[in-house]
Amino acid sequence: MAKNTLSSRFRKVDIDEFDENQFVDDHDEAADQQGPDAAEADNLIRQGDMMAALHVALRNPPINSKNPAIKERAQTVVLRVLTSFRSSDIESAVKSLDKNGVDLLMKYIYRGFEKPTDNSSAILLQWHEKAFAVGGLGSIVRVMTARKTV
Amino acid sequence: MSLYSFGLEPLSCHAWNKDRTQIAVSPNNNVVHIYQGSQGKEWIKIHELTEHSGRITGIDWAPESNRIVTCASDRNAYVWTLKDGVWKPTLVLVRINRAATCVKWSPLENKFALGSGAKLISVCYFEKENDWWLSKHIKKPINSTVLSLDWHPNNMLLAAGSADLHCRIFSAYIKDIEDRPGPTPWGSKMPFGEVLLEHKECGGWVHSVSFSPSGDTLAWVSHNSAIGVADATQGKEVTQLTTGHLPLLSVLYVCETEIVAAGHDCCPYQFSYKGLGCLEFVKKVDIPKQTSKGNMSAMQHFRNLDKKATIEDEDTGLGCLHQNSITQLCLLEGGKEKVEKFSSVGLDGAMVVWEFKH
Repeated sequence: MAKNTLSSRFRKVDIDEFDENQFVDDHDEAADQQGPDAAEADNLIRQGDMMAALHVALRNPPINSKNPAIKERAQTVVLRVLTSFRSSDIESAVKSLDKNGVDLLMKYIYRGFEKPTDNSSAILLQWHEKAFAVGGLGSIVRVMTARKTV
Repeated sequence: MSLYSFGLEPLSCHAWNKDRTQIAVSPNNNVVHIYQGSQGKEWIKIHELTEHSGRITGIDWAPESNRIVTCASDRNAYVWTLKDGVWKPTLVLVRINRAATCVKWSPLENKFALGSGAKLISVCYFEKENDWWLSKHIKKPINSTVLSLDWHPNNMLLAAGSADLHCRIFSAYIKDIEDRPGPTPWGSKMPFGEVLLEHKECGGWVHSVSFSPSGDTLAWVSHNSAIGVADATQGKEVTQLTTGHLPLLSVLYVCETEIVAAGHDCCPYQFSYKGLGCLEFVKKVDIPKQTSKGNMSAMQHFRNLDKKATIEDEDTGLGCLHQNSITQLCLLEGGKEKVEKFSSVGLDGAMVVWEFKH
């Protein structure tokens, strides 16, 4: 009497799939958004050219891509570059970016916050402070409102 | 600049009568209060319009014909006319099944547009034979709530910003009541509901739209803290400027090239659009509060220490006139081409009159 003998498979159906009025985002899949070049960024880090490494890491963001692997890869490259910076260099690095660059950096910073590792949070918070000083609250709002995430 | 506080409730919307001696406001409930007075002096409540059952989301006062249109979350809109000193409502059949969000009279006041959460715009006009207001719907291709509307000076084109991150210009030409419109820089073929501009990449919900005095450019503010301008004379190209402020909620052209916008940062900002790619921030339209650091007596010192655990004379207010987000800007004096004064209402229940120096 306690067990439900009828099928409960209907509970697993996603009814939003069948809703005709559902809001669909405009998708434009861009095939050339492969994310930043990991090898090049690594080279530049080894050579000690941090500014160039940052600019390389922020190139080709996988914004339009729906492939989570590409996004993960991009995130790891950027995180590696950000963590290999010295604290004193962060401010000048942020100043070398243009408006869109600061917004993109904020997106990567918040993405990094999502999965904290041992020492990533501390360095990310330093980057956040410097990027906030340049981008203001608007750059954080744009991270929240962007429908195409990095 | 002068501030008048209408109480503690947020003011959802406001509208002025023709000579700016009366203001209709709604304190975030289902009633519209009409106050009589003049700027700088006391405002006295003279009327209360209580027909709506839902929260009032939009008020517009037609200056020439002296009619008020109100819309609310109860899916209704009423047109109020003043008869023998009393405002009498007339129900408008808008035929929407979700809340109405915004309403605007057209420049010639023969029709008005109503945006709603039903993903459509209802353009309403008066039919003399049956003595009632009829509506025509603009549905395609709107995909979400219509958040803001503005009419082009030619009484035909209607700009709409909506929550589907698009900003569009529609034709609202109703052949039953008016003649065919001539061609405009936005387009020449204009059957009802025709889309003359559809901008997809607004980046966020489009909170407010505004046509320039000539109608050749359209400005909007969106929730990603950006302001955008579309220019009909430059092939409908769009220029966008991202700001470092909190999102702006209302935008107003004060002359052909200067734009004022205000929002969650509680103070208006001035922007300038001088051509394609030249949209830039000019300044904050606010005088910072003069902090009066008078001589504090020893008694004051200890009193502060006792009450607030600090000896500083800290003011917890914001450094600007409004103490909460500004929800709506409205032209006050000067005419569209050269606005001398504009008013703002906000969530702090205050109405501020700003002067603009060109």
